[in-house]
Amino acid sequence: MYSKILSLRFPSDIVNEPIVVNLVKKFDLTFNILKATIYPRKEGFMVLELRGHRKDYQRGLRYLKSLGIKVESIGQDIKRDEELCFQCGACTAVCPTGALYIKRPEMEVIFDRESCSACELCVIVCPARAMEVRFDRTLLA
Amino acid sequence: MAQKKVSRTIGEINRKIKSGKVVVVTAEEMTEIVKKKGARKAAREVDVVTTGTFAPMCSSGAFINFGHTKPTIKASKVWLNGVPAYAGVAAVDIYIGATEPAEDDPLNRVHPGQFKYGGGHVIHDLVAGEKVELKATAYGTDCYPNKDVTKKLTLDDLPYAVLLNPRNAYQNYNCAINLSNRTIYTYMGVLKPGMGNANYSTSGQLSPLLNDPYYLTMGLGTRIFLGGAQGYIIGPGTQHNPNARRGRNGVPVSPAGTLMVKGDLKEMDPRWVVGVSILGYGCSLALGLGVPIPILNEEMARFTGVSDEEIFTQIVDYGNDYPTGDVKSLGRVSYAELKSGTIRVNGQKVQSVPLSSYVRALEIANILKGWIENGKFLLTEPVELLPTARSRRKKS
Ligand code: SF4
Ligand code: SF4
Repeated sequence: MYSKILSLRFPSDIVNEPIVVNLVKKFDLTFNILKATIYPRKEGFMVLELRGHRKDYQRGLRYLKSLGIKVESIGQDIKRDEELCFQCGACTAVCPTGALYIKRPEMEVIFDRESCSACELCVIVCPARAMEVRFDRTLLA
Repeated sequence: MAQKKVSRTIGEINRKIKSGKVVVVTAEEMTEIVKKKGARKAAREVDVVTTGTFAPMCSSGAFINFGHTKPTIKASKVWLNGVPAYAGVAAVDIYIGATEPAEDDPLNRVHPGQFKYGGGHVIHDLVAGEKVELKATAYGTDCYPNKDVTKKLTLDDLPYAVLLNPRNAYQNYNCAINLSNRTIYTYMGVLKPGMGNANYSTSGQLSPLLNDPYYLTMGLGTRIFLGGAQGYIIGPGTQHNPNARRGRNGVPVSPAGTLMVKGDLKEMDPRWVVGVSILGYGCSLALGLGVPIPILNEEMARFTGVSDEEIFTQIVDYGNDYPTGDVKSLGRVSYAELKSGTIRVNGQKVQSVPLSSYVRALEIANILKGWIENGKFLLTEPVELLPTARSRRKKS
């Protein structure tokens, strides 16, 4: 499963097309619209979370670009919910940068945000779902 | 001059607890004490050793009575927040299992499945005081005409809710590696190909059953820390195997004993009862459990003094061997090595990864220690001990 948050800028001539529906029908993707606006000059702006197989995702992305939509992936940031994290260490198996590591001998699991590359591998591996993807919320304002 | 042998009873320990004179240490502290002073001296000084473990524990679940409805219903199918519960018990009695995924979960259709919500999460939400939607359907009888009920309820609304786990606190468990050439998603976590990592899941020297390897103090009626409340051992758990191979110190070197436990859900704390999603495998419940071990004699001091260096487990390949049902040990490794972060398998260095929280396990042992010191927790004499090993039965 692959998931990304994208910002889309639509030219005014396609604002009324059922683009998102096509993403579901043609590419088997699921979506979550986080924001959608049509500006006065009729161009559209949307923040969309797209989920699906990586291949379908890439095909979907090509489709969007072929329509003249400007697609940008939103700068994402990983955060650990300290309440949810129960300090097991399972995430250290997949973290490629060593941002998640174990402090010994205490066996405390440390998250060093500075070394995190936001690869998101830990997000679904964490059994407590304590690792969260955050994105630039100013885009949603 | 022979010194008198140490021997104390649970009754004596309880009198010391009541008078505030009891000496309680955690299993981690006991290891140091026995190392420094020897088992005999440790036995003389220490009354109780507390243990702890916090890890995903499948084979957990809750018996719930959701109360009679108006008009009455004899539920034949029940869902809690969309997670099916077993309703073939009585009219409004159900059992919700920790590993049951929500009915509309995509499971592993897109592999590896995420298993975002299941029985363990329902149990956590109840303990956290959140509203849970109950849906029940029935075929209808003269005495129970209702065929359909949907209502929101909280733990407080439930007349009865008990955590009753058929198998918890495994005494030792495999160290899992993957010899195949693809990443696999198991109940032992993500295992990278070609021995990319080695996952293990016990709290080692803090683990309850590793501190009483022959179950000489535990059985039906032993009061324990369970999910933040006081619960009980009610017998051997499923797959309890006292005859697993053991080291010279009596500690099993592969999965062995297990516990069946129960406790009142209404007294538990959500911090210690946590729903988990194991990638590609399923849902489960991470649970905090701690057992107090009375130091009845020098032998119990020696057992509880066990250190990570002296506890070994077997390395098992989950890539090829485990799925076929042929578990071969690829070698032994101590918990001290596992906790160091790297082990050696066939000459190759492999990163070792814990799935069991040592930090939380220690917290449990300390909480239990506090309860006993403050007189809030009295030890109980088990009515019947857990079945022990054949070799041990011959000896005694
Ligand atoms: S896997 Fe999740 S719960 Fe475990 S240590 Fe990592 S972030 Fe914390
Ligand atoms: S996002 Fe990637 S780099 Fe950052 S902590 Fe998670 S696994 Fe490590």
